[in-house]
Amino acid sequence: MASALINVPKKAKRGEIIEIKTLMSHIMETGYRRTATGELVPRDIITSFACRYNGVEIFRADLFPAIAANPFLSFFTVATESGKFDFEWIGDKGFTETASATISVE
Amino acid sequence: MLAGAIRNVVGTAVVQTGRVKIDVPPLVENGNTVPMTVSVANPMTADDYVKSIHVFNEKNPQPNVGNFYLGPRAGRAQISTRIRLADSQKIVAIARLSDGSFWSVSADVVVTLAACTEEVI
Repeated sequence: MASALINVPKKAKRGEIIEIKTLMSHIMETGYRRTATGELVPRDIITSFACRYNGVEIFRADLFPAIAANPFLSFFTVATESGKFDFEWIGDKGFTETASATISVE
Repeated sequence: MLAGAIRNVVGTAVVQTGRVKIDVPPLVENGNTVPMTVSVANPMTADDYVKSIHVFNEKNPQPNVGNFYLGPRAGRAQISTRIRLADSQKIVAIARLSDGSFWSVSADVVVTLAACTEEVI
């Protein structure tokens, strides 16, 4: 159901600073909204995101209800070697989702 | 509430003003999704880098927006995301540097349609 969009350059020069963009489809229900009958809608958000580059964590984020639905995150890293980026989203109600992307560094 | 949330992150350290920049539209129609970029003026070398960026808000039901952990490998101390704002308010970004110092900046946003607290239909 949930799906991720990842944008990582396919190729980079060694030492180049590259931008990584990620988007995860998720409602990010804040837990502060009420239904028409006054009941509080329980919180359902992604609480944590991490990115590993060839197994080493290069970026991590703690998310709160103030992050908009379908959380978008963009950050930078130095392209050091060819390999793989692993992305992981963890959230309420047992939500866990992963994605990966490869890069070739010359 | 905002001051308490900041204290939880910085502890008793002194927070200096500067070095950090928030890019956010000064006036937004819809508080449900507000693009925001936070950057820190820092060389991002092995012995001088930004460890983390913490973003707070003044008037949402909860003061935290996000904590972002970087490292020397980031190359550039900059993150972007989209946030929710329940009201016109101040946003505060604080950067923790590798030498233990904290730097902050704030930005004001006027919101015409609020997020978070509207009714579910």
